[in-house]
Amino acid sequence: MTPDEMAGMTTSGGEAFLFWVLAPLMVLAALGLLFVRRAVHAALCVVFVMVSLAIMYIASSAPFLGVVQVVVYTGAVMMLFLFVLMLVGVDASDSLTETIRGQRWIGLLLGLGLAIVLIGVVSQATFRAGAPPTEDQVANPVGLARILFGDYVLAMETVGVLLVTAAMGALMLTHRRRLEPKRTQRYVAEQRVKALAEGGTLTPLPAPGVYAQSNAMDTPALGPDGRPLEHSVSRVLRIRGQEKAAPATLVETSPVATSSSVEQTAIEPAGEVSPVWGTGRDGGEDS
Amino acid sequence: MDITNYVVLACILFAIGATTVLLRRNAIVVFMGVELMLNATNLAFVTFARIHGDLTGQVLAFFVMVVAAAEVVVGLAIIVTIFRTRRSASVDDVNLLHG
Amino acid sequence: MNDVIGYAPWLVGFPLIGAAILLLGGRALDKWGHWIGVLASSASAVLGIWLLFRMIGAEPVERVADHHLSTWLSAGGLDVDLGLRLDPLSMTFVMLVTFVGTLIHFYSVEYMAHDAHRRRFFAYLNLFIAAMLVLVLADSYLVLFVGWEGVGLASYLLIGFWDHKRPNAVAAKKAFVMNRVGDMGLIVAMALLFAHTGALDFGTLFGSGAAGEGIAAAAGVSALDQGTATAVGLALLLAACGKSAQFPLQAWLGDAMAGPTPVSALIHAATMVTAGVYLLVRSGPILDAAPTAQLVVVIVGAVTLIFGAIVGCAKDDIKKALAASTMSQIGYMMLAAGLGPVGYAFAIFHLLTHGFFKAGLFLGAGSVMHGMKDEVDMRGFGALSRVMPLTAWSMIFGWLAILGIPPFSGFWSKDKIIEAAFVGEGWQPWVFGGAALIGAGVTAFYMTRLMTMTFWGRPRWTEPEYHPHESPALMVWPQVILAVGSIALGGVLAFGDIFSTWLEPSVGHAEHHEPVLAVPVLMGATIAVVVLGALVGYLMYRRDVPAEAPRGSFLTRAARRDLYQDAVNEGLVMKPGQGVTAVLVTADEGVVARGWGALAAGVAGFGAWLRRAQTGYVRAYAASMAAGVLIIGVVVVLVATVGQTAGA
Repeated sequence: MTPDEMAGMTTSGGEAFLFWVLAPLMVLAALGLLFVRRAVHAALCVVFVMVSLAIMYIASSAPFLGVVQVVVYTGAVMMLFLFVLMLVGVDASDSLTETIRGQRWIGLLLGLGLAIVLIGVVSQATFRAGAPPTEDQVANPVGLARILFGDYVLAMETVGVLLVTAAMGALMLTHRRRLEPKRTQRYVAEQRVKALAEGGTLTPLPAPGVYAQSNAMDTPALGPDGRPLEHSVSRVLRIRGQEKAAPATLVETSPVATSSSVEQTAIEPAGEVSPVWGTGRDGGEDS
Repeated sequence: MDITNYVVLACILFAIGATTVLLRRNAIVVFMGVELMLNATNLAFVTFARIHGDLTGQVLAFFVMVVAAAEVVVGLAIIVTIFRTRRSASVDDVNLLHG
Repeated sequence: MNDVIGYAPWLVGFPLIGAAILLLGGRALDKWGHWIGVLASSASAVLGIWLLFRMIGAEPVERVADHHLSTWLSAGGLDVDLGLRLDPLSMTFVMLVTFVGTLIHFYSVEYMAHDAHRRRFFAYLNLFIAAMLVLVLADSYLVLFVGWEGVGLASYLLIGFWDHKRPNAVAAKKAFVMNRVGDMGLIVAMALLFAHTGALDFGTLFGSGAAGEGIAAAAGVSALDQGTATAVGLALLLAACGKSAQFPLQAWLGDAMAGPTPVSALIHAATMVTAGVYLLVRSGPILDAAPTAQLVVVIVGAVTLIFGAIVGCAKDDIKKALAASTMSQIGYMMLAAGLGPVGYAFAIFHLLTHGFFKAGLFLGAGSVMHGMKDEVDMRGFGALSRVMPLTAWSMIFGWLAILGIPPFSGFWSKDKIIEAAFVGEGWQPWVFGGAALIGAGVTAFYMTRLMTMTFWGRPRWTEPEYHPHESPALMVWPQVILAVGSIALGGVLAFGDIFSTWLEPSVGHAEHHEPVLAVPVLMGATIAVVVLGALVGYLMYRRDVPAEAPRGSFLTRAARRDLYQDAVNEGLVMKPGQGVTAVLVTADEGVVARGWGALAAGVAGFGAWLRRAQTGYVRAYAASMAAGVLIIGVVVVLVATVGQTAGA
């Protein structure tokens, strides 16, 4: 791209190619924000738009902004979004049925109208080309820095204060006061001993089926009697209904299961082979 | 290619972002719509800076990014707080200010 | 006169300052504060006497002097100066008010000695003196109106002085309200005058007597057409009726006797109630230009003098009998004032002599009450002349004066009025003269009845219960001085028409007209009627006066109830007024209140409907924001497009 091209209202052929490839994809990704159900997918769409924007910045002779775009938006902002999504629940999907009457049509109409008006104005407008930028400005963030720390130094400082304040605000907002005494190790141990009388266990809960036929988190461990231990699977998975039933696992991995069952029985007292074991396997075969 | 295509693209992205804000109910997605609108304006800024041969547009885009970062921090903190108390990230559940 | 008029404001100033000191001074002045009041009134009287002698010393044409104090208000075409006019007419009133007023101040010191609020009483008295002097000294109708309202206020305060008694408070309110009806007349008259002449001051309206051009020669009043002059005259008559208790606004005077007796003597006999006569005489040029109004004035005077006389015959309350008599006597004055220039001087002359003898009679009545434990029913009196001889004698002279027996004061003034009433052509002299003549006879009857029931005949009281006694010196001496006035004042002032000549700079010169009957015949007839009335009165009440009033004839019963004046007022004014009020209240509640209620409900409903816009959903708000942005964008585009097209 030559300075002559920069001065004019047209771009080089390479850039045009880049634009025509990226722009439709970006619009598609942006529309994905509107239509996908899962928030995570929406976040990924936005990440794509942002990275594409960074590329466009670099193509538009704003390399510094392109880098900042990647660092700040895709690197920081969107990662923050993902973190929060994980906090809130990754697959907390949106039901797309509208609750406010007419809001969908109003929203669509307004968005469309906005687009039409904006595009209409832009297409009607005539742009007067300015002086071609010097080589210094084009390639170099130095020009940007001169303006930032020259004309806008006060705004720069204010924005710094703003960032600090925002960080403090976020801390304040998410801070939770401790409402009960800290659960120390001693406290936990004492509670377990107390709970023993009411049928609790002294030992930690059994781990999921990593030691059983499958080493997946979603498979329940088998008890000494061969019954699957429901509480060995993570509570989250159980609530979501993503746990696998032990018999199904057995069917999937029957050769391995045999060996592991041998190990299992070796550990456990002999002669106490669970009848479930058999039924489990039978059930598996039945299914 | 006409350079104003960038501006048209910015307009489209902005409108999509606005529509997202109007239509989606997940607070986080709504927030992403806001971010999309900010990015669209940034694209317009950069394009105008290029057309006019003046770096000030880029400087403004830079400021938008910084302020947006601060805004995201506070906004997400608010969303998290609301989620903690109400177990919901839907903006429609927060409607205590109705008449 | 102009060299001393600068002192005239002090005539008002002394009593005004006295009133202020007494009202603001507080309890510290309770013991001796009344002497401040006496001093203030006396100072005014002494100053008045000095001014009187200066005026007598001046040439007649120089006896009218206007004194400009300051500009009171200046609004558009209306300029009212705060000014005083000192002329023979106002000088006469100044003397009457300050002299009689001072005597009554002295009298009150003893009369009110045992009242807890004597200081307040004297403050009000001083306030009254000041207001009355403003009224008579004013040089414009508006300043006169200030004094007019001032005496109304003082009258209200003094009638209701013992306002812990409900009838007294009601009487005060009644007097106040009826006076306001009259005030409407004065206001209307002022408005009419201002609308047609653009001025309210006597100098512009009536001309300045000081310039020697005579009254009303080239004055603003001559600009009035007949109709306007009649309207103004009738409005002024309404004002005079209210203040002077003339028919049909006479009902308040009888009830006003609820006030302390010195008040009745000063305000409701000698001075304030005669303010209406003063107003008419002062406005003489207007009445001269309106014969119809004059005729109405005469009719009102004649009706009132007969009315008051009839009522006076039936009253057993000594003060109410005197009040009826006052009403009747003022009727004589009004009659005279309505006769035109020929009657003005006589009206004022009778006003002056009446002021003395009626004040004396009231003070005598007060003295009797003082000796009889505040008893006012004459049926409980009788043969009091033996125990209170000085009071009796002073009242006898007052009685002779009001009867018009020569050579006592009343003869010289009342006889002239009767004479003047017989002047004229057609039916009028016979009717009005006859009324005046009959009135004189009835007056003689009821005054003799009053005297007989009180002082002569057999005692109808018991010694240990009432123990009547002569009043202390401070109460007796004012009576004596007023009695002297009752005896001699009329004769002295009538001698060689001194008084008529004296008033000429103010009221103009009157040609002497011969009455329809010869003067000696009239005089003889009057005296005959009077003696007859007195004889009848004496003979009827000399012997037996039952403690309970007999039922009496229809006329007696009607007169006892003031000829049903209250019933008429209630029926004609109060009941319809209450009806109108009730209708208005209903309309207010039904139409206005409901209407506004409906409007409020409508607004509330609209608000409730509008409230639905506030869904609480963030996205709805965002939608309205977006819509706003969209509209602004469209408008901007449109404006730009139109601008371009226009530019192109």
